[in-house]
Amino acid sequence: MSGVPLTLQLLNFCAALLLLLSFAMLSQRRIVNLVNLLAVQGSVLLLATLLIAARTGQQHLYLSAALTLGLKVILLPWLLHRLIRRLGVYWDAEPLLNIPGTMLVGVLIVVFAFGLAQPISQLASTATRNAIGIAVAVVLLSFLMMITRRKAMSQVVGFLSMENGLFFGAMSATYGMPMVVEFGVALDVLVAVLVLGIFFFQIREQFDSLDLHHLESLREEAGGRGRE
Amino acid sequence: MRPIEIVTQLLELAAALAAAPLFVGWINQCRAWLQNRSAPSIWLPYRGIRKLFHKDAVIAVRASALFRLAPYIVFAAMVVAAGIIPSMGTRLPVTRIADAIALVGLLATARVFMSLAAMDVGTAFGTLGARREMMVGFLAEPALLMIIFVASLISATTALPAITEHLATQKLGLYPSLAFTAIAFTMVLLAENARIPIDNPATHLELTMIHEALLLEYSARHLALMEWAAALKLLNYACIGFALFIPWGVSTAAGGPLTLFASIPVLAVKLIAAGGVLALIETVSAKVRVFRAPEFLATAFLFAVLGLLVHLLLGA
Amino acid sequence: MTPALHSPLDACLVILVLWGVIGLAGLVRPTSLRFVARGLFPLSALCSLALAAVAVWSLGVAPERAMLVVGLPDLPVHLRRDGLSSVFLFLLGAASAGISVFAAGYFRRGHGTSAGLLCLQYHLFLASMGLVMLADDAYAFMVAWETMAVSSYFLVTTQHGLPEIRRAGFLYLLIAHVGATAILLAFGVMQGGSWQFTFDAMRGAHLPAPWAAAAFLLALFGFGAKAGLVPLHVWLPEAHPAAPSPVSALMSGVMLKTAVYGVLRVTFDLLGQPVWWWGVVALAVGLFTALYGVVFAAAQSDMKRLLAYSSIENIGLIFTAFGLAIVFRGVGMPTLAALALIALLYHCLNHAFMKSLLFVGTGAVLHSTGERNLGRLGGLIHRMPWVAWLTLVGTLALAGLPPLNGFVSEWLLLQAFLFAHEVPHTFVNMLLPMAAAVVVLAAALAAYVMVKFFGVIFLGQPREAALAGAHDAGLLQRLGLAWLAAGCIALALFPTQVIHGLRGVVRQLSGADLPLEAAPWWLLEPIPGRQASYSALGFLLAVTAVVLLTILGVRLFYHRRVRRADPWDCGFARLDARMQDTAEGFGQPIRHIFGSFFLLRRELPSPSDRAPRYRVVISDRIWERLYGPLGGLVQRIADGFAWVQQGRIATYLLYSFVTLVALLALVL
Repeated sequence: MSGVPLTLQLLNFCAALLLLLSFAMLSQRRIVNLVNLLAVQGSVLLLATLLIAARTGQQHLYLSAALTLGLKVILLPWLLHRLIRRLGVYWDAEPLLNIPGTMLVGVLIVVFAFGLAQPISQLASTATRNAIGIAVAVVLLSFLMMITRRKAMSQVVGFLSMENGLFFGAMSATYGMPMVVEFGVALDVLVAVLVLGIFFFQIREQFDSLDLHHLESLREEAGGRGRE
Repeated sequence: MRPIEIVTQLLELAAALAAAPLFVGWINQCRAWLQNRSAPSIWLPYRGIRKLFHKDAVIAVRASALFRLAPYIVFAAMVVAAGIIPSMGTRLPVTRIADAIALVGLLATARVFMSLAAMDVGTAFGTLGARREMMVGFLAEPALLMIIFVASLISATTALPAITEHLATQKLGLYPSLAFTAIAFTMVLLAENARIPIDNPATHLELTMIHEALLLEYSARHLALMEWAAALKLLNYACIGFALFIPWGVSTAAGGPLTLFASIPVLAVKLIAAGGVLALIETVSAKVRVFRAPEFLATAFLFAVLGLLVHLLLGA
Repeated sequence: MTPALHSPLDACLVILVLWGVIGLAGLVRPTSLRFVARGLFPLSALCSLALAAVAVWSLGVAPERAMLVVGLPDLPVHLRRDGLSSVFLFLLGAASAGISVFAAGYFRRGHGTSAGLLCLQYHLFLASMGLVMLADDAYAFMVAWETMAVSSYFLVTTQHGLPEIRRAGFLYLLIAHVGATAILLAFGVMQGGSWQFTFDAMRGAHLPAPWAAAAFLLALFGFGAKAGLVPLHVWLPEAHPAAPSPVSALMSGVMLKTAVYGVLRVTFDLLGQPVWWWGVVALAVGLFTALYGVVFAAAQSDMKRLLAYSSIENIGLIFTAFGLAIVFRGVGMPTLAALALIALLYHCLNHAFMKSLLFVGTGAVLHSTGERNLGRLGGLIHRMPWVAWLTLVGTLALAGLPPLNGFVSEWLLLQAFLFAHEVPHTFVNMLLPMAAAVVVLAAALAAYVMVKFFGVIFLGQPREAALAGAHDAGLLQRLGLAWLAAGCIALALFPTQVIHGLRGVVRQLSGADLPLEAAPWWLLEPIPGRQASYSALGFLLAVTAVVLLTILGVRLFYHRRVRRADPWDCGFARLDARMQDTAEGFGQPIRHIFGSFFLLRRELPSPSDRAPRYRVVISDRIWERLYGPLGGLVQRIADGFAWVQQGRIATYLLYSFVTLVALLALVL
């Protein structure tokens, strides 16, 4: 590690923190905390963006950082908190796989992601290429979280965290996506959360709950008859 | 064996023996301050040990020789451990006989003898304590090994002085892997030393205790040795933590013999800080149920594993 | 012995023949316990000692061969003794010496097999194990292997009057034969089309990669069945409690190692160049076995079942080391492969001594109390001090605590694991450190199991009134126990010397040497330059010195007054022996944490029960998940074929006739 500039060390630290935050999200069952963790994840991402911007001197990255700050650190968590209050869902139900089991699978996923990213990072020319593995791991861990949770709310958080992982991956592989793409994705995410918010109210009105297993009854063969 | 080695060794042993009760006293004092209580004297653990040595030993009628032998073995294990851990200098001749893995084994030996002694009298509490102590042990050991793995991957050795030397002399930097393992180590330390989230050192409330249940039948000099050994164990863990995560200020082979004397105040400062941190952690957290101990230690293990993976990937 | 002993191989053969003679001599006066037990078994122990001595002598001798013209014409028995055989012959001799002496004091008049017949079976068992290690062609190997299985089957079913023992014996025989079939198939693959079944031909055969892999997997399955790898372990916890204690000791301490010998022989000698992913398979199976075995051991309440599960754990650790050795060998890191192999062989030796010690220790307890259930024992350290203190050595050793021998092999294994990050396969080198964590978890759980084992049997208060009459072991039993305990201590304190003995074998298997010369004789430093060292002797001296100094200090500066009083009863005043943890109670945290391993059936009392009853039955999920469906499948297939059975002689004759005609048509 000797001779590595401080910004790069800090970047590596951010990457490690992102990984840690993904595991924290996996183990967290309070939805409020989950949203807070998402906000922290956004802040770490913000820090990483700023560091890369400072290191490479690319001006558009500052814009991207501002976007991250506005959208991922402030707006989305605020929206989600409001949703939680309005819907009254504070706890997720017992996850489909128990927490130690999830953690174990998570560790295996990280190993898989690291192994997967090894050839990719050899191709990348950036100084932050080692972090690609972590980005892949964050994406896959968010996926895992979405799979194991029951409540739609936690799945949205998982979805957003996955987007964060992708963003971080792009950042460490190529120092960020083109601005147009980034704006597009940001808009997409925002719209997705708004649409999902409306969707939640619809689900709750229909089933009196946000537990997603109710959606199973919408299946053609078994569920339709079961509800009659 | 050069004279400086012998001096370092003896100095370390003497310091550990003397400082261990003081460290416990200091933690208790800090805790009292943080909890708005009037603090007991920092010398209280010494007085307790001295008082216990003077009392008549009362031994249960059915106790066997194992029961009387165990305090000596536990105490000796902790003393030898103190001799292995480079708390002041890395020039320790004794460390060649045991590396970090053997140190973990040594601590396990002490634990097994304590548990066997607790079972010897044949009361409900003794066996309860023994089973819980062994449970915490088998949960903590894998996490502790992962921590040692990370440290020895960075420094390519399992000998503690060599690890310390390597970490103390390498370039200063941010090591996420070491940060993660430091968190893991703190959790293991709390669990292994019967501190708050796992056990409460200040209570004899029977349903929650682990460490005190093991010592319930001991009295007088045997209890004194056991208490002293417990204090030494806490100090040893703290010193392992220093050796792995804040190794600076330790007298290394490169430094002259005089650095050894400089390392005494450094160690004192580290201990004072560590005591404060421990007291803070114990004040802000609540004891968890015994059934939650696996989750607590699994989290410690997870931190250590993440440290390892991050090290392998980022090389940091 | 004959003066014409030219080589260690001859000497070994003479000893095997002597064992056979002793066994036959038992038939002279089959009912005389005095003649068989006090006369023949000590003689057999002398033979064992001689075998151990010959094996040590032969470690440095170059491989040698012999050909015996016995058996079928044109099929002479090829024998070969090399370093690997010598190590395992030493293990056989040294462990069986202690066990035979113990057995001399152990056998009593009882139901079941008569003493003379038992003597024959026992010595046939010993001799066949020796022959397994010397065989140099597939025929001789399989004959010895099957003799070993059958003779041990008869030993297991000594008490054949009891139906559950017959059932245990049947299960053992069944799995032994499934395994033997796989081994036979492995040999079939390895001859590689040459139809030469000598091991020499197999060494020379260059198998294509898929066939080599098939042979390895078959061998792993076949030898794994004998060794007790999950899911083929089910016979161990049934057969060990059924057999008399010395036989359990022999089976667990020595016979399981013949399987390790076999798999080593096939993988490193006959197949030659192992591929790294084979090692990953062996490693995964080994780790799972280790964890599975130790978790189940912690939940047992029968002391011999507990030890049987603990054997499964240790076999798991041995196969973990085996897998690691293959991985290192396969990726071209022979020095590390050598380190892993040293750990493997060391653990085999350790386990032979410590597990035999514990099994004969339980034998002594069983002998004296007639009780195998931990819940009815307790406090025996007062009644049986010899057995208790000698067993304590084995207990601490098996718990993997320094300075005893179990720790040495674990230390070596962990040192090997520490280098795993240098393996050039990303997934492997990230997963291997976690495999090391599983090894440590298994070792720490083993300490838990051993505290339970020793604490519940020997410490505390006697849980039954009948235990007051327990007596200590007799002289011969003590001698056997002491020999095994001494073996544990010797292996613990002189690791460098033991490893020097094993170096030649490891060089033969891995192709690399460990540079040990750099370190002084008392220091174990496997890889110089890494500054990883351990010295059991120094360790013991340091701890003993501090203990003595402390005792001296306390005596000098303070008094040594002691008062005896009742234990603290919390004011309850009616503390009795039933309030101690039972075996079930002590295993409770394990059942809680590893709940998903077990199939639990519990009967909990309700608050209104007059006679509250708590019962918990723990069973293996393997039965429900694997063997149940498998048995059902076999049954269905068999039912499908049942129509063949018509019950008329004419039909059966027709079958024979049709078969004969078909064969003739095929051949001519």
